[in-house]
Order: sequence, then C-alpha cells, then structure tokens
Amino acid sequence: MTHQFVALTPEQKKDLSSIAQRIVATGKGILAADESVGTMGKRLQKINVENTEEHRRVFRQLLFSTDASVSNCIGGVIFFHETLYQKSDAGVLFPKLIKDKGIVVGIKVDKGTAPLAGTDGETTTQGLDGLAERCAQYKKDGADFAKWRCVLKISDSCPSTLSIMENANVLARYASICQQNGLVPIVEPEILPDGDHDLQRCQYATEKVLAAVYKALNDHHVYLEGTLLKPNMVTAGHACTKKYTPQDIAMATVTALRRTVPASVPGICFLSGGQSEEEASVNLNAINLCPLHKPWKLTFSYGRALQASALSAWGGKPLNIEASQKAFFERAKINGLASKGEYVPSGKTDKHASQSLFTESYVY
Amino acid sequence: MAHQYPALSAEQKQELQEIAQQIVAPGKGILAADESVGSMAKRLNQIGVENTEENRRQYRQLLFSADDRINSCIGGVIFFHETMYQSTDDGTSFVKMIKDKGILVGIKVDKGVVPLAGTNGETTTQGLDGLSERCAQYKKDGADFAKWRCVLKISETTPSQLAIMENANVLARYASICQQNGIVPIVEPEILPDGDHDLKRCQYVTEKVLAAVYKALSDHHVYLEGTLLKPNMVTPGHACPIKYSPEEIAMATVTALRRNVPPAVSGVTFLSGGQSEEEASINLNAINKCPLGRPWPLTFSYGRALQASALNTWRGQRDNEAAATEEFVKRAEVSAASVSMSKSEVHGVGFSVC
Repeated sequence: MTHQFVALTPEQKKDLSSIAQRIVATGKGILAADESVGTMGKRLQKINVENTEEHRRVFRQLLFSTDASVSNCIGGVIFFHETLYQKSDAGVLFPKLIKDKGIVVGIKVDKGTAPLAGTDGETTTQGLDGLAERCAQYKKDGADFAKWRCVLKISDSCPSTLSIMENANVLARYASICQQNGLVPIVEPEILPDGDHDLQRCQYATEKVLAAVYKALNDHHVYLEGTLLKPNMVTAGHACTKKYTPQDIAMATVTALRRTVPASVPGICFLSGGQSEEEASVNLNAINLCPLHKPWKLTFSYGRALQASALSAWGGKPLNIEASQKAFFERAKINGLASKGEYVPSGKTDKHASQSLFTESYVY
Repeated sequence: MAHQYPALSAEQKQELQEIAQQIVAPGKGILAADESVGSMAKRLNQIGVENTEENRRQYRQLLFSADDRINSCIGGVIFFHETMYQSTDDGTSFVKMIKDKGILVGIKVDKGVVPLAGTNGETTTQGLDGLSERCAQYKKDGADFAKWRCVLKISETTPSQLAIMENANVLARYASICQQNGIVPIVEPEILPDGDHDLKRCQYVTEKVLAAVYKALSDHHVYLEGTLLKPNMVTPGHACPIKYSPEEIAMATVTALRRNVPPAVSGVTFLSGGQSEEEASINLNAINKCPLGRPWPLTFSYGRALQASALNTWRGQRDNEAAATEEFVKRAEVSAASVSMSKSEVHGVGFSVC
C-alpha cells in the first residue's frame, strides 16, 4: 500500500467539498424525491391516484414549484432517473427549476437490492455496471450529487459479517466512481427498523456497520470531505415493547456516530425510515440538542417524512395543489429548524404528521 | 456479529472515560518517562553517565521533584516497570509523589518489537502474554493508564499490508485487555520519520495506518471514549530535501486525524519522535492553531522533547539536580502553552484538499 496514486486533483477535491457543504449548509437538508416507479405506485395508491408517468410528473412539479424560499431549508433534491428528464407545464426541465432556486440536484444511481446467497435473506445492492459513464452523463445533465442505498437488517443472525463487508464494499466502489465524475456520493447504509430489538441492539449494529463502511471508504481512497452519510437514526425495532424518548434516541444516535464517523465528513443526513413526519422532526431536533460534541452537520434527507402530508392534501386534484405545496413547505421549514435544534412543536400537530409511515421490509 | 456481549459495564466505561479526560484536561499533556533500561543506556551514554539502577532512580527523581508548576501542565506520567517500584532518597514512592500532585500514573506494558518474518525488516510488538494479570497488578499499584508502542516505517516497500494489519490487531488486543482491568490504553502506532519521503507520503501512510487501527479497535469492541491515541505528527522524512513550515505540518497532521480518528476518542497526545524540544513545541502550537475543526484535545506525550535539556544540565551530578529540574519545568510549561485551553475546537473552518 505504500505509495499514493492520486485519485483526485486538488481542484476536483475542492469542487466536491464545496458541493457537499452547500447541500448541508446551516438550516438545510435534503428532499428525497427519488422514489422509483414501483415505490411511487405505492404512494399514489394510498391516495387513489393512478401510477402514470404524467401523475408522477405532476406531483414532482408540485413539489419543485413550491415558493423559492423553500431553498432556505432545502439544500438538495434527490431525483429518480425519469424525473431528471421531465419538464414543468411551462416546458422547463426539472433540474433547471431546482437549480434556479439555488438548490443542488442529486440522482439516485443504484439499481435496487439483490440477494446474497447463503444468508438469511440479506442483500447487497447492484448498479455498478457502467456507473462511471452514467455519472458523467448525469453530471452533464445537471446533477452534482448521487445516492445509493444499501440495506441491512437486524435479527438473531443478522447482519452477518458477509452482509456488512459486502455492502460496505459496494458503497465504497460507488463512492469512488462518483467522485471520479464530479458527483458527491451520499453513502446510505440503512439498517431497517423491522424487528423487536431494543435501542442498544440497534446502536451496536449501527456502530459495526458504520465502522466497516468507513474502513471500506478508506481502502477505496474515497475523499471523505466530498461525501455525505445517510444513515438510519438509532432507534428500537418497530415491534420493541420498550418505549424510548427522543433524547434516548438522540444520545444513542450521536454516540454511534461519534464512534465511527470521522470529523472530515461534512454532513450526516438522516433517513426517516418509516417514522411519522412529526417523529422524524422531533428526533432530528433532539439529535441537534444532544450535549455531546458533534463535528458534522446533522440534518435530514427525508422522503416520506417530507411528503406524506403533501400527498394527502393533493389527492390527485389540481385544485389542491396550493394546499399541498403549503403542507410540504411547512414540513420543510420544521425540519430546517430541527436541523439547528430550534424546533419547538406546537400543541396540536397535523393528524397526518403523526401517522407512522412504517412499511414492513421497506424497499424503494 | 449480530449480538452484543457487553465488554464493559456502564460504571467501568465511566471510570475509563474520566481517567482519559483527566489526562488530557485543558492545557495538559503527558511526560513520557518510560524509557526502558536499554533506551536509558543511550540517553545516559550521551551525557557520560553510567547506566545503573541508582542513576536511573536519581534521574527520574529529579524529574518528579519538580514543583507545583507542573501540576497544571502535566496530566499524566508514563513509567517504566522498574520506576513504578522506586522511591525518592527519603523513601517516598515515585508513584505516590506523582499522584499527590494530582497527576495520573501510567505504565508502559509492551515488551518491545519483534521481527515479522517475510517482510522488509518490519516488526510487531510483543507483550500480550499474561497482560491481564499484569494490568490488574499495576492498577493495584497505582497506575490508571498504560502505553504500548507499535512501530512502522516508510520505504519503497513498507509499510506492508501485513505490518499494518498485524500492528493494528495487536494494539487492539492490548487495548481490550487494559480496559478489562480499569486501565486506559494509550494506543501508539508510530510511523518512524526515517527516510527521504515527503510530507504527502507520510500523510498518506498515516491515514492508512490509522484507518486500520480504528477498524481493529472497533472489531475488538474497544470503548473509544476510554482510550487515547499517541500518533506521530505528519512530517517529511528526516532525509527529505524539501522544507515544510509548521503550518504545513499542522494541516497535514490535522487532516489525517480528522479523516480517521473518531470524535469519540478522548484525546490525541503526539509523540515527539526525535524532533528537538523547540520543534516539538512549535509544531504542537501550529497544530492547535490549525483552522480545521478538531474534535479532540491535541496535546503532547513527550519523552526526549521534555527531557533533553534536563539531561544535559544534570550530567549525573547531584549538584546540578535543581538546575536540571528547572529545565524540565520550563519545557513542560512551554509545551503546555502550545496546547489549546479549550476542551476541543469542534467546528473549524474549511476543508482539506490535501
């Protein structure tokens, strides 16, 4: 290993770090609007809307044409491939709409999970083939960051050593390829909340997984200052009978991160993983108020937890678009505050905001 | 890996963390006075003093008799085994002397380097046999922390994968055993400054070595908050023709640490590795002024860089003792002044492109 063979020039590094820092600028987080066609199907089904390309376009347009001041709380938007090439009613490409608001455009680049033979239902994630070429094209088409999701689960026998090692390795390969093509990789090693394990168990698993991820990133010569992490918060399993406070969750989460995530990583953007909109905001807030030293930005990369109310309010009807945008804007603002530890929940919360968004064994 | 089998209770963790934090309390560092008999031979030889147990005792005595000025500069002293059981002229144990100053006692527990067959002169470090029992005894005898030194070197072919992996692993085993016995392990993966490599090379190697160390510590379930790291600063090799400023050394060092040392580690205490007393303090000062965020205290664990003047002044003469002690106190104060008074500087400015 003794000699360094330069992976990135100082200029490339500067570009990557600048992009990463813009995404997680103070008070900002990420809108994960990268639901695949299949996943959008599930969302639309819940509000009795047919899963057509046009409906998907209309809903994303609704989100992307929210008032420009949403850029005070949204630093980046993650796109699905189809969406990157869709346009508004006025014929403006969606990436342009987003970029004109001063928000960074991202693109989901993985191709879903694939089974790991010989394990207890564990998976890795595919999508490396031709990834360099795809990244280069996405960069030309307006993207500056990418996202790749790996999935692990907790059970009596999981996550296995193989699963941890393989997912860490594939995340590192993806990250390396992204950086070669000017895209900041968001590294997402999601540990599902399925199960009845307690908070401690999740913390332990999260620490082991993250240690493996950062060793792999190092082995693959990934420039950490030009990456972001998208982890699960440390929570008890959904079927766990013990209840924990947001402060318990915050302490467990920040402790796990402090033990594994180097300070050179500019930002950590939590996934919401089936938490309700309100839970996700309250927990993020508690995390930012945790008294332990936190050398990275701690913010959100939320899909469901930013869009649930908006989807409900829309219901597929053009008349509801404004109300839907308002609902989205509201959650964006709240999460922006939570990312600074400044969110004070008012007494009443929207019924939808408190609804659990947990779906078993969640697949995008 | 699925299940956790707790290695330490909450009380054990708390004790370890408190010890670690006490050693690196704001403005304080470590006096490494743990030179083996063989190393002391080299030191004493240079000042024309015979390497006897009595001379070694007298020398350590003059260091430990420093007045209360060192109480605010020194958080811990690393002892060699022999020294743990020596006393002053009037019969006060050295351990008691140090503890009475509110300074913590540490003990070097490794048993030196041994060759790694099939490598280009690389080594690992021995000392694991019976380490648990030894730690338990040292804890009873007044020690609260320990030190174990691994050595790597930079050359055309080194450090090899094996050297990195093996040294990281043995450091993790040592750390795990220490913690089981209430002792805070100082983890020292020293990369020697020998060679003509440039600053970048040292930074690269340091990053790879530290990444392996922290992966091993994680694999061995070591409680990071109850550890300290004793790394080399990132510097060019001794024979490198390019000259670098303290700011460049600081930037390279802090960057390497930020990329590999988790924020949970309680402190980083640099070895001086053959730098002069003056160099070591200037560099430490620059490190503490580096604009990048530094989530751990960055301080010193100096042997030669705290003792060189004192040794030179003493030259084995009892009459020179007071003057020699004064030299040591001066170096301790200068070194402590290089250390930031705040617990850590979590949020810095900017990012590295090096």
